[in-house]
Amino acid sequence: MGIKLTERPQAQASGMETLEFKGTALSDEEFKGGKVVTVSGAPNAQYGWDAGVAIGRFLHELKEGRLIGTFCRSCNRIMVPPRMFCEWCFRNTDEWAPLKDTGVVNTFSLCYVTWDMKRLKEPEMPAVIEIDGASPGMGIMHLLGEVDPKKVQIGMKVRAVWKPADEREGAITDIKYFKPM
Amino acid sequence: MGILEKVADNRETKAWYGDIPVQHLYTAGVAGERFLSEIRDNGKILGTLCEKCNFVYVPPMIYCERCFARLTEWVPVSHKGVVESFTVGYIDMDGKPLPEPRVMAVINLDGATSSLVHFLEEIEPDDITFGMEVEAVFRPKGERKGSILDISHFRPVG
Amino acid sequence: MGYRKVAVVGAGMTKFVRRSLETGKELSFEASHMALESCQLTLDQIQSVVFGSAPDAFDGVHMKGEYISDGAGAFRKPYMRSYVGGGTGVFTPIQGWWHVASGMFDTCLVVCEEKMSPCQPHPQGAFLTIFDHTTERPLGPNLLWIFALEMNRYMHRHGITEQDIAQVAVKNKKNALDHPCAQIGREVSIDDVMNSEVLAWPVKRLDISPVSDGACAIVLASEEVAKRITDKPVWFEGVGWNLETAYWTNRDLYYPKQVEYAARMAYEMAGIREPRKEINIVEPYDPFDYKELHHLEGLLLCDKGKAPELTRSGVTARNGDMPVCPSGGLLGVGNPIAAAGLMKICELFWQLRGEAGKRQVPGSPRRGLAQAWGDLMQVGTVVVLGR
Repeated sequence: MGIKLTERPQAQASGMETLEFKGTALSDEEFKGGKVVTVSGAPNAQYGWDAGVAIGRFLHELKEGRLIGTFCRSCNRIMVPPRMFCEWCFRNTDEWAPLKDTGVVNTFSLCYVTWDMKRLKEPEMPAVIEIDGASPGMGIMHLLGEVDPKKVQIGMKVRAVWKPADEREGAITDIKYFKPM
Repeated sequence: MGILEKVADNRETKAWYGDIPVQHLYTAGVAGERFLSEIRDNGKILGTLCEKCNFVYVPPMIYCERCFARLTEWVPVSHKGVVESFTVGYIDMDGKPLPEPRVMAVINLDGATSSLVHFLEEIEPDDITFGMEVEAVFRPKGERKGSILDISHFRPVG
Repeated sequence: MGYRKVAVVGAGMTKFVRRSLETGKELSFEASHMALESCQLTLDQIQSVVFGSAPDAFDGVHMKGEYISDGAGAFRKPYMRSYVGGGTGVFTPIQGWWHVASGMFDTCLVVCEEKMSPCQPHPQGAFLTIFDHTTERPLGPNLLWIFALEMNRYMHRHGITEQDIAQVAVKNKKNALDHPCAQIGREVSIDDVMNSEVLAWPVKRLDISPVSDGACAIVLASEEVAKRITDKPVWFEGVGWNLETAYWTNRDLYYPKQVEYAARMAYEMAGIREPRKEINIVEPYDPFDYKELHHLEGLLLCDKGKAPELTRSGVTARNGDMPVCPSGGLLGVGNPIAAAGLMKICELFWQLRGEAGKRQVPGSPRRGLAQAWGDLMQVGTVVVLGR
């Protein structure tokens, strides 16, 4: 191919000690305090994400105070969140499958910070909850509540705490949180 | 039976609204720091020269993208240059009409090989011609912040 | 399979810092320029360029691959950007590998850059949209959640303690003291980690790698060209990559299966039957300390749940039987996402050539493995290099 290599390079000085690494660290003050030239901006973009067919129905059911999944006859899985196609079998799912609003804590965290690293007094308790009525291991992410953070455990049985019917809007937050049974 | 559903009425579709909550604070970088400081403090426009490629970068770069040499030779270029291309904007980013049409031009400064983009003012859009001579109009010294907008715009020479 | 042998012949990197004066282009130039100088090649001898960088939203520059391209030496060259989240830094060299292995090119410059500091108020803002917009984002998640949920599940399944995991942070931050580019090399104790601020239990402040700016670059060459460039080519022996389901709440987070599949793919290509005996240095992805353990298990380098024992007994120390993150890893050197993964490849390059200075592992290692992980905890990327 068309690479011109002249003399074979001589053995080079080797080893970390001889190398010069570039990169200029700035302090917070230099960066944010106007000591160096900076420009600011924001993308200013907002989005409307379509819920789609499967999640659209899921939201509709949430408004009614119910959880629903989809069933694939080929692999015999009841899946939640529901989906229009089975990603294992790569075919349409076959039926809607009503689920219970109870489940088991698969894993959880006690989170003391917001995404922008502001401190929270009381922890948020995100968890993966395996939903009763779905296939084993089929969980959704949600929050835990009405429980002492110290007492939360993996394997704990929990039940959804719903917003009152007239406050539900067809959103995952129509379930306020899950609480121990 | 598949469970494909047809949406008969668009109002039935549901969407979830949100954004990406980020803002950005950019450093100008090694080259940009010097370029913008020089405009702010001394009203001078600098480029960097690659002797091998006979190329003067404005805005300056610390490397030549053509041969990848590190560039260390800073050269002042003229405040004057020529219009290489231009466009007249009538709407803003959201598609709303601007109160006044705004001209953006690609300007090749005398002494520079590359060109920069900036506002062209003090002229009617219909009167702009290719190759027309223009010059930088700097903001008053006290108002300069180390920004490309320290040059408020370009205008026809004379 | 009909592909050609490919070598790494040069490497370069910038310091990893919390925020750099240099722009993303300038960081990329510094790393690329250093990599070219290290093998005395000039830009006209580079036939193709691949570039890796994580979300555009960090830099706040959309299509940043194209924007930064000139700093990566791509002026008027065949050029591609790749992006598989946190896995990018080890995936980009794989992309470079097939540019050369396929016979399309004899040389390829591989560059990874990340500048996270522009993102305000915190780079996490750019990550929030990885969660499902309808079923997860309304719950107000932050990125730490998924790590905490995974770490807790891993601890629970194997009865592993937070102290077990903290050993990794202690080891890597100490290793980083010997890395001239390191952002937070320091001596810390297990107690320091345990007593650091709880962010999302079980994740604490010192369990986590920092936010960083930085860039890395390597030069790849075909066999014939590599042998003319250097006496010490470092060969690609195996590559592998794999993606798990995006339905992350439908799988057991205790074990990274996608990493295992990626590793098996790379081992098969490299003809490795007993990875525990045949791999001398490991640079697994360690953005969090538990991830190093998690990945060692996924890479089949120890039994499930047994990685903490390897750490405790010193096997994974720099002078141990299987040094792990002798560079100092992301926990110590820093975590400019895509660049952090490629830093691991640079480390293997220097280690296998005996050029790692104070970080050099004893015993003239013959073979090393680098791995990264990312997307929605989905992707596994693996490269095996040998001399």
